[in-house]
Parts: sequence; C-alpha cells; structure tokens
Amino acid sequence: MRAPGLALSLLIAAGCVLAASGVPGLLLRWRSLWGPRIAASATVLGSLLGLAGCALVLGGSGAAAVSLPSAVPGGRLVLADDALSGFFALPVFVVGSLGSLYGLAYWPPAEHPRNGRRLRFCYGLLLGSITFVTLARDGVGFLVAWEAMALSGYFLVTTDARSREARRAGWLYLLFSHAGTLCLVGFFALLASSGGGFALHALAPGQIGRGAATVAFLLAFVGFGIKAGAMPLHSWLPAAHAAAPSHVSAVMSGVMLKAGIYGIVRAASVLPAPPVSWGAFVLTVGGCSALLAIAFALGQRDLKRLLAYSSIENVGIILLGLGLALVGRSAGRPDWVMLGLAGCLLHVWNHALFKSLLFFGAGSVAHATGTRDLELTGGLARRMPATAGLFLLGSVAICGLPPLNGFVSELFVYLGLVRTAIAPGPAWAALPAPVLAATGALAVACFVKVFGGAFLGTARSAAAGEAHESPPLMLAPMAVLAVACAVLGAAPGLAAPALERAVAVWAGHPLPGPSLAGLAPLGRISTGAAALLAATALLTLAVLPACRRGRRRAPELPTWGCGYAGGSPRLQYTASSFAQLVTARFAWALRPRERPPRLDGLFPAPARFESHVGDSVLDRVLLPRARRLRKTAARLRIYQQGDLQQYVLYIVAAIALLLLFNLPLNWLVGTLCGP
Amino acid sequence: MISLLSSLVAALLLVNLVALGTSRISTVVRAVASQGVLLGLLAVAAQGRLNGTVVALALASIVLKGWLIPVILFRALRQVAIKREVEPALGLLPSLLLGAFATVLAVAAGNRLPLAETRLAPLLIPASLATVACGFILITARRKAISQVLGYLVLENGIFIFGLLLVDAMPFLVEVGVLLDLFVGIFVLSIIIHHINREFSSLDTRRLSLLKE
Amino acid sequence: MWSVIAHAAVLALLPPLLGGVVTKTKALFAGRRGPSVWQPYFDLVKLLRKGVALSATTTWVFVLAPVLAVVTAVMAGLLVPLGSFAPPVAFAGDFVLFAYLFALGRFFTAAAALDTGSPFEGMGAAREVGFAWLTEPALFFAFLALARLSGSLSLDGMLRATEGAWLQRTAPLVLTAAGVLIVLLTECSRMPVDDPTTHLELTMIHEVMVLDHSGPLLGLVEYGAAVKLFVLEALLLHVMAPTARVTGWPGLALFLLGLLAVAIGIGAVESTMARLRLLHVPTLLIAAVLSCGFAFLLLSR
Repeated sequence: MRAPGLALSLLIAAGCVLAASGVPGLLLRWRSLWGPRIAASATVLGSLLGLAGCALVLGGSGAAAVSLPSAVPGGRLVLADDALSGFFALPVFVVGSLGSLYGLAYWPPAEHPRNGRRLRFCYGLLLGSITFVTLARDGVGFLVAWEAMALSGYFLVTTDARSREARRAGWLYLLFSHAGTLCLVGFFALLASSGGGFALHALAPGQIGRGAATVAFLLAFVGFGIKAGAMPLHSWLPAAHAAAPSHVSAVMSGVMLKAGIYGIVRAASVLPAPPVSWGAFVLTVGGCSALLAIAFALGQRDLKRLLAYSSIENVGIILLGLGLALVGRSAGRPDWVMLGLAGCLLHVWNHALFKSLLFFGAGSVAHATGTRDLELTGGLARRMPATAGLFLLGSVAICGLPPLNGFVSELFVYLGLVRTAIAPGPAWAALPAPVLAATGALAVACFVKVFGGAFLGTARSAAAGEAHESPPLMLAPMAVLAVACAVLGAAPGLAAPALERAVAVWAGHPLPGPSLAGLAPLGRISTGAAALLAATALLTLAVLPACRRGRRRAPELPTWGCGYAGGSPRLQYTASSFAQLVTARFAWALRPRERPPRLDGLFPAPARFESHVGDSVLDRVLLPRARRLRKTAARLRIYQQGDLQQYVLYIVAAIALLLLFNLPLNWLVGTLCGP
Repeated sequence: MISLLSSLVAALLLVNLVALGTSRISTVVRAVASQGVLLGLLAVAAQGRLNGTVVALALASIVLKGWLIPVILFRALRQVAIKREVEPALGLLPSLLLGAFATVLAVAAGNRLPLAETRLAPLLIPASLATVACGFILITARRKAISQVLGYLVLENGIFIFGLLLVDAMPFLVEVGVLLDLFVGIFVLSIIIHHINREFSSLDTRRLSLLKE
Repeated sequence: MWSVIAHAAVLALLPPLLGGVVTKTKALFAGRRGPSVWQPYFDLVKLLRKGVALSATTTWVFVLAPVLAVVTAVMAGLLVPLGSFAPPVAFAGDFVLFAYLFALGRFFTAAAALDTGSPFEGMGAAREVGFAWLTEPALFFAFLALARLSGSLSLDGMLRATEGAWLQRTAPLVLTAAGVLIVLLTECSRMPVDDPTTHLELTMIHEVMVLDHSGPLLGLVEYGAAVKLFVLEALLLHVMAPTARVTGWPGLALFLLGLLAVAIGIGAVESTMARLRLLHVPTLLIAAVLSCGFAFLLLSR
C-alpha cells in the first residue's frame, strides 16, 4: 500500500502526542491519580499511532518528506520517514508505552510526591524527541531534537535529586552528552561545507574529499558513540542507568542508546564510498566493547549497573554487524552487507525487547526487596514466581541462546563473519567471530550469576525473605515483551521484509543477490525452535510424575551440605564469588580495589574484606586527568578575582581588540600621526 | 526624514552622556526610559514608511522600555532605598569624559569599519557603537548592582540600534525575541537585586567577590 | 532415509558405551579388571527405577536442567555427520546452533546448581562457566579453520572436507585437532581438567554440579553427558581422520570403531596425566585457543 504521506503524518502526530503526554499532569496536583493515568493513556495512544506509521513505512509505503520554514536563516526544517527511520522508531513506541504502564505501578504519586510530575513530563519529552531524531533530515532540526533528548534524559537521571549518586550520575551524563554534541556539530559543519547545506542526504562520491570524509566519520562515530555507549566512551552509562528509575532505565537502555546507533548508521549511509579501514575500525571497537563490557558486568554487584554494562556489550555486538556491513560495502560484497546490517538492525530490536524486560524485572526486584544489591537478594523465585519466570526468559534471550530472538541476530552476524573467512583473500574480518563466541559464553556466566544470585537459592537478607510478587500492572508489560522475544525467536521470517527494506535504504538501492531468507536459514530456525520446545515439553512431562511423587514423599528436605546440620543462607555461593574466576582473569581491565582484612595476633579483632570494581576508564584515565587539569587551571586563578566589573572589562577589551583588527591599518596610522 | 533622524540620533547621544554624568540613580532610570522612547521613534523614522511590522516593533519598544521596565526598576529602588551612586569605581567627571571620547571615536571611525553600505549606515553605526560603549562604561565604572542593570539596558539599546539596520533582513521573530529576552532579564535582575541587598545589606558589588569560592 | 534412522539409533543407543569404554581403559591401565563396558546402561536403567528426592530450596529450574541437557545434546548430535553419511539436519550456519545448544544446556545446568543453595554446587557452576568462555572461542576458531578449508558454511560440509586435506594441510589440521581435543576434555570434564571419579567436592567441576540430582533426573544428566561426549568425539574424529574416504555402511561401521578408538585414547590420556591445578586450566584453554587460531592463520595465508 503506497501511502507515504499518511505514514509520515502518523509518525509526526505520534511524536507530538508523546512529547505532550506529561503536560496535563503538570497542571494537576501532585497527589492526583489522574496525572499518571492521562500520561500513560497519552503515551499508549501516541505509541499506537506511531506503530501504525511504522507498519506502513516498513510494509513498503514509499518514503515521504515534509519541509517547514525554519528560524535559522537560509535553512528549512525537513522531516522525512523511510524504512531505516521507521525501523529505529518502532522500539520507541513499544518500549515507551510499556514503560509508561509499568511506571503507573512502580512510581505511584503517593510514594513520590516531589518528582512524579516532572518524571512523567520528561519521560514524554524523551520519547517525543527520539521520534523526531529519527525523522529529522536536516542538521539543525536533528541537533535540536538531539539536545531535547539529552536534556530530558538528564532530568530523568536526576529524578531522585536528593541522592548523591543520582546527582553525580547526572553530571557525568551531561558532560559526556555535551562533548558528543560538540562532535556532532563538527560533523554537520563538515557535511555542510561539502556543499550539501545542512541537509542529511547521501552525498555523491565526488562531493567530499577522502580525508574530510574520514574526519567526518570519526566525528560522527565519537559523537554518536558517546550516546550509544561504545567503549571507551561509555563511562557515563553505568552510573546513569543505575541511578534512574527502572522504567526510565529501560527506555534509556532500550531506546536512547539506539538513537546513537541510528546516528552512526545514518552517518555511514550518508558518507560515500567508505574505505575498508572504517569497517575494520568499527569491528575493532565493537569487539573490544563487547568483550570488556561483559567482563565489567561480571564484576558488578549492583543489579542495574550490571545490566547497564550488558547494554554496552550488546551495543558492541550491534557495532560488529555494522562494521561487517561497512567492510562488505567497501569490498563490493552485497551478501556481507545484507547479513551484517540485518544482524545489526535485528539486534537493535532484540536488545530493546529483552533489555527492557530485564530492567523491568530489576525494578520489580528493587520494588519488592528495597535493594539492588545482588549480595542481599536470593530465593526470590519462590516468592515472585511470575517475575522469576519472565526474568529467566529475558536472561536466556540476552545470552543469545536458541530458541529466542538473541540467537537469530547473532546468527546473522556469525554467518556474515564466517562468509568473510571463506571468501578468497585475507580473512582478518572473521576474527571477531571467536571474540563474539567468548562474549556469548561470558554473557551466559553473567546472567546465570544474576538469575541465580537474585532468584535462586535462599534469601540472603530479611528483606529478600519477605518479598512479595509485583502487581499485575508491572507484570503485564514484562509478559508482552517476553512474548515478543519468543515470537521473534521462533518466527524471524516476520521481520525479514522490514530488515530488507531498511538495508536497501542504507545502501541507497535494493541489494543485488539473494535475499535475507536466501542467505540465512530462517525457516530452519523456526522448525528448530519448535522442535526444541516440543522435545523439552515432552521429556519434562515424562519426568514430572516422578518429581511430584518425590516432593509429596519428602516435602521438607534440605539441600545436602556435606553434613552441616546448621545450614545458613550465608553458606551458599554469592554472586560475586560465582564470578570470581572470570573477574580474576580480567583483573588487568577491571582493576578491582581490594581492601584485605587485617588479622594479627592470636585473637584478632573482627575484620572486613572489601572489593569494589569501578569503571576503569573513568577512574584510571579520566578522573586523574581531570584532577591534573584542575591543578593546572588553579594557576589561572589570578585572573578570576570574583569582581564583576573586572570580567566585563575583559569582554570590553576583547571586543575593542576585535574591532581594532577590522580597521584598515593605514587609516589608523594616518589619523594618529596627523597629515 | 534624514533631518528628523539626525536629530533623534543626536538626542540619543546626549542622553547617553546624561546617564553617565549623574550620580542620582532615578535620573539614570529616567534617562534610560527616554532612550527607549527615542528608539521607538527612531525605528519608525529609519523605515521611512509606516510598515505594520515596524510600527508594532516601535510600540513594543516604547511600552516596554519606556514604561514597563522603569516601573519595575523604580519598585526595586524603593525596596532597596538607595538614592545615589556614592562611590563609583571611576569618578563622574572621568567617566563622562571617557563617554565623550568614545562617542567621538565612534563617529570618526565607525564608518571605516567593513560593514554593509546602506543609506542609513553613516548615522546609525556610530550611534550604536557609542551607546554600546557608554553601556560598558556604566557597567564597569559603577559599583552598585542596580547601576549594572542600567548599564545592561543601555547596552541593549545600542544593539537595538544596530538591529534597525537589518530590520529588512532579520526576521521579525528575532527582534521580538530580543525584546522578550530583555524583559525577562530585567525582571530576574530586579529580584536578584532584592536578594543581594537582603544578603549583604548593601548593593556594593565588591561584596559579591566573596561568592567566588 | 535409512541413514537417518541409523543416525538416530546410533545417537540414542551408543553414547553410554563410550563412557563404559573409557572407564574400562582406565581400569586396565591401573591393573584392575574394572566394570563391564555395558555398566553405564545398567546404571541408567537402575536410576530410572529409583525415586526422586528434591530439596526444598529448589524450583522448577532444577527439574528443567537435566531435560535440557539431554535435549540440547541430542539436537547437537543431529547436526554432526557420522561416517560419510549426511546428518539428518544440515543448513548454513548450523555450527553456530551447535555451539549455542551446548551453551543453553550449560546455562541451565549452572542455574540448577545455584538453585540448590549449596556452596559446593555453586563452586562447580562457577568453574564450569569460568572455563566456557575460553572453550567457545577455541571451538569457533576451529570452525573458522574448517570453513576456510572446505568453503562450506555447514558442519556437514566442514567436517567431511578433511578427507582430501590431510596431505596438503597437515599442520593446520593437527593444530585444530589438538584444540578440539582440549575442548572435548574440558566440556566433558575429563582429566587433566577435571577428575570425574573424585569424591572431593572441592576438586570437582561437573560432578559436583549435579550432586543433588537423583533418580530419573540423575539418569538424564548422565545420559546427556554421555551424548555430549559422543558428539564431541565424533567432531574430533572427523577432524583427526579422513572419515569420508570409506563411503556407505562400511564407512559408518569404521567410524563407530574409530569412536571407540578415540574413547580408548581418552582413557589413556586420563590415565597418564594428572589433574591440572585449577589455576592452570585457563592456561591450557588459552593454548587451545591459540592452537586453533594459528590453524586459521595458516589457512588464511
């Protein structure tokens, strides 16, 4: 159905409705229940409009554009939709609406008098601005939407303004965000100087020089990579995602990071004729990011910080797919482009789904036990069975295990990478495949640690022992996301047409050669998933009677602890001890700060052992440099006496100097020296 | 029209010097208010014909700068109970001389700057530069916080004059935005003055350097 | 059609025999007579008849883990060719499914170990996942080398292409075989990585993870481990020997004999090597990664 204008209008309308969804709540009293309800309904309505628009765009309606007069002289505000924009806009609507419903029960006005209204307002603004980021096609409009997204993200991170952790996280976030925006301004300036104005259209091959194109690509990569959270630009991510409320973390992780990825993907499609080095660079960054981030995740004991590092890992996997597509474009191999970019884009969707599911689960755990510390939870599967089951599904999905959706996108990337190995010529592009395998194995370790530490075993604290199941309004969004994961994993053919259209938009033309279904075994994946589930179900049913009999016969058996009669929850393995074998091996990167216990004398006093894994890039690189800079800058204090007039005098001197430069020198000399 | 224009410009430059030469703050406020009115008339005169946009702009300028902002400032003055600038950083006579020198320099050198040549440029560019310079002198040479506000107003007036040259090229939106800016700025500054007085029991800006650390 | 049935039958029935052969070999090396090679079958039947004792701490994850261990191992077995016959399931990229099926089994086995809340099982689970992150890249380097050698993206093509390659590409294949051998020893918890017969929980890896399972669940666990050993031995045999040279049913019979020979070899390795200190196992695994990596490097010149 070709209705290009309709799809664009739906998407623009969705963006506006989402941005305005929190405004009615601002006008009502903080205690009113109608504020959150109106906000949630508006978000769901906007999301439905947006989903309809995305469905039209991804279903094959052509691209449309609308051009509005802009306040900037000489420019126009251009909004357009195409399959790539629609692809990245879809997670906004899905995760945004579900998060809003989750927030109804998670952040009720009665418990949060000071910041509920601000939270809902900024939440709506965040969703709306991300929608407009995907729709903007000129530099100024893009940057305005980008800044709106960044600022609303800042206010969401510092929602709990009383917490020192939240304030510090917000400060870091703002610093990094603005550094990124600076790079983006440079990128757009370079694009404009090559004759395209501020418009974001694909440049012709001769329009921009090779050096300028590389600089532009690096600027775009750094600027967007800061927002996406690629290592080593990621230091703001763990703190920000841990400090924000859980449904906001879900949106930030699932959607806002993808806005950064969208930027890199769009920049890569705009710049013509990429050399192979760009693809190699992206592959390297993606691989290192993935491997190191999951090692960092294994070292965390805060559940949400761990999930944040896991997001960085998944961004690394997405970048691997993009790097492969870039290499394929340079080498003229459309099958590599198709597999790489399809893996990248499908992983964008997959990650949005299962990471949001996991963050909602983390929010439920925090809501039920009052803590995010994995060392203080445990045994929650018995008290919160539904949450545990859904969280398990999310964990299996994020590890990329069949039959769920993570496996499909990783399979695309693997297929592409191994294809580069069997092609004639050097096969360095296949080296990320074992790195991806190691990452997958570490992810299994990490999420067994999370699931086992939080939900299995026995409760390690009193609060965990009295946990209660979440209300249905918190479980329903998780269930929807879980079903989506299962459906995408069992029937990836559903997403294939949308993926092919998005890849065609990226490459500028529909790719020659076999389609995605011809390159990847989509049908076999479905039958395999079905076979796995059927076999598991049958075998489980076969052993179930014996298990039931066993439970009935001896209901209160304790676990065999080698004969210790007085077992306590502190005997079981903790989450950090589970991960210790791996974190010890990665200690060169993680650099844990350990304070060993001091035991001296025959009857030593009680002692403690403390170990903490911070963020190495932040603690070892950025903070020492910042401290040194501050010491150097302190020497410039003599110019900063706090005197207002002195500062204005500096401004006057600067202006006078600038004016003086513009006066023709001979005239000045003539008047001063007289005729 | 040119003669009307040149008399308005001359009146403007005189009002600048009046503002610099007196230590009574209420006089300075009245001078700035009259500058606002003069600017509105200048806007109409510069355009020549009575364009709807320009008339609206002129009216807005007159109402805002001639009436509303002086009302706010007088109210702030009453709250703070200050009548005179007693200890300026630069004495009254020196600042007056400096202002005069800046005006002369602006008139002599202003037309040599590589700016666009228009019909009105020879008159308006020197006026603008002189007003900006007088505004700066007010800011740097006076100690009381309220004088800073007045210096800022004069500065904005100078920029407004410059903007009159471009009233065809710049969209209406920008001029209105500048006016809004100004209004909000003055509003906030008047509140701040009250707080400064409450905190330090004086409006002397030297006390503000205590806030440095 | 008959080959598919034969494949399924061999996959279902032969694995415990391999475990029995390994145990018999170790007994003979130690100068004992040892149990019969058919003993694992008797053990399985005995376990199926026993009752299940479930700890009060465990949840449904504990029941699901042995089931998944068997299902994933069997499904992986359907992807590996036996002899010169094609496997029942083959498609481009099935080697990824192969590796990730084992990862799925590992996820749930480790989760079930944590489910019991026992420190010993947690220890075993920590070690198991702590070594897996090195065996997976070794396995994938081996797959990359085989893919480059054969030009095929399916396990079927990859494993049967070693037939002609042994003469020209001896070095890479030897390196790959060494790497896959170390992966097999780790994944199946054999010496020198783990001692399957130790009864000290502090020294076990795999055995301690399944300490709390009983009755049919333990039977499933043992059977799943046997199938895993079978599948990885088949993989190793394909890499080590030109298995596609003898075709048809004689080829299958020769392949099965080869599997028994590999089992005897594993028994010999277990009897002659001492268990490595736990801290040195990652070094061995990194050696496996480097070995397969060098094989790939040599092939990509």
